[in-house]
Amino acid sequence: MTAGPKLEVRNLNAWFGKTQALKNIGLGVRANSVLAIIGPSGCGKSTFVRCLNRMHELTPGARSEGVVLLDGHDIYSGVDPVSLRRRVGMVFQRPNVFPTLSIRDNVLAGLRLNRVKADYDAVVEKMLKQTALWDEVKDRLRSSAVSLSGGQQQRLCIARALAVAPEVLLMDEPASALDPIATAKIEELIDELKAQYTIIIVTHNMQQAIRVSDDTAFFYMGELIEHGTTKNIFTNPTRKQTEDYVTGRFG
Amino acid sequence: MIEPSLTTSINLNRSLWTAPGSFRRRQLANHLMTGLCGLMVLLALLPLSSVLWLVFSRGLPALSLSFFTQLPAPVGEVGGGIGNALVGTLYMVGFASLFGIPIGIGAGIFLAERGEGPYGRTVRLMAEVLAGVPSIVTGVVAYGLVVVTMRRFSAFAGACALAILMIPTLARSTEEMIRLVPQGLREASLALGVPAWKTSLFVILRTAMSGVVNAALLAIARAAGETAPLLFTALNNQYWNFRPDQPTASVTVQIYNYAISPYEDWHQKAWGAALCLLLLVGGLSVLARLLPRKRT
Repeated sequence: MTAGPKLEVRNLNAWFGKTQALKNIGLGVRANSVLAIIGPSGCGKSTFVRCLNRMHELTPGARSEGVVLLDGHDIYSGVDPVSLRRRVGMVFQRPNVFPTLSIRDNVLAGLRLNRVKADYDAVVEKMLKQTALWDEVKDRLRSSAVSLSGGQQQRLCIARALAVAPEVLLMDEPASALDPIATAKIEELIDELKAQYTIIIVTHNMQQAIRVSDDTAFFYMGELIEHGTTKNIFTNPTRKQTEDYVTGRFG
Repeated sequence: MIEPSLTTSINLNRSLWTAPGSFRRRQLANHLMTGLCGLMVLLALLPLSSVLWLVFSRGLPALSLSFFTQLPAPVGEVGGGIGNALVGTLYMVGFASLFGIPIGIGAGIFLAERGEGPYGRTVRLMAEVLAGVPSIVTGVVAYGLVVVTMRRFSAFAGACALAILMIPTLARSTEEMIRLVPQGLREASLALGVPAWKTSLFVILRTAMSGVVNAALLAIARAAGETAPLLFTALNNQYWNFRPDQPTASVTVQIYNYAISPYEDWHQKAWGAALCLLLLVGGLSVLARLLPRKRT
């Protein structure tokens, strides 16, 4: 394994029309670590992760500039965004299972639509076991995905994202629409998944950031205020704004 | 801090409830308006029920096996049927669907997915204008374009006219159905590394499919019930015809011809044919309503 970070961001700027959403962001993410992105609403957290798999540019009027290196190669020069997204998977805020497909077909959607041949039964079992969903759904793999609860749907979305074998997993507030028990399951899952994947998770919940992440980046008004180990950010922040935010004085 | 305002609002509610005069008055007004709405519903149902009653009571006696299978009989002869007209309607509507449904749905996908630019806006405006064109005008256009060019009335010309009628409404309703699909599904698919065109076809359209099938069935039902566009495109035919380049009978034109004739026997047949058409079109509409429910 190379010494460099899995993902490195340099001078990243992003705009929605004329509004600048990200200003000169630079940070690195180690392989097999969990980076939490925290900050108040509208600070650019979601925009930041959406720049990492080039989903940001799909919004009409949105654009970005800067360098994002995945294993040392810039994802913004000479890389097809479609194939990039197979390497950098994403889980969204609200569970977005495909409502017309069964549980099994949801897991396989990425493989099938990309015409990847595999032992589908084995993939389904492996992914559902990895997301701790197997025991709950193994007897009804052919029933509709919308018959699952919200938390189960979100874990199904994670299984679906993992089935295309990404290296990096972006999670945009994956537990914000879930109850505490479902949230706990997702957090346990993140802890297990980091053995195989590099994870970047956006969260509004600072306790969650403390529980799941190795490093934390604090964003405010489109700027990266502070980035360091989670322990340092929460116990010994160097910037006043960070301290105010993590101690709950604003945001 | 919140409590005082909370209690005053509760008191306010209670005083409204306990004021006897105003409660009576509101109760009375409620009953009056509900009754009025019920009356309006009955009035609105009156035309429908009278249509159904008339068509069934006069049409049913005309129906028999030979009515569905035989050619029209010459004036004065008893018997005969509308077999060729039924086949002609199904044939032309089927033919029209062959062009109309793919073009209509394709245009709808385009409008929903890429319809934001000036070109998309123009297409949407054109579809709206085309949907508002009276069907007889569509018939005239098909006459000018197809009948004059081919120098003959034909099933093909009739099918063209029907297809032109189907396209704009189908395009707009397909667009509506696709726009109902949550944006999150598109993002989910794109984030899996699925190309945009596959996302449109296999995720978005698939999710909207029951609605689109519904719209297509309604478009077929509408085309099957049209008379005006067929009058001078497919014309009519007293015999069986399966060739696209020949004049063809249709149920609607047959009803028109029978109804304006002076013969009692033909009037009877017009009612019978009207009943057939009603069952065909009504059946399609009911099917369109039932289909999506079955899916879920």
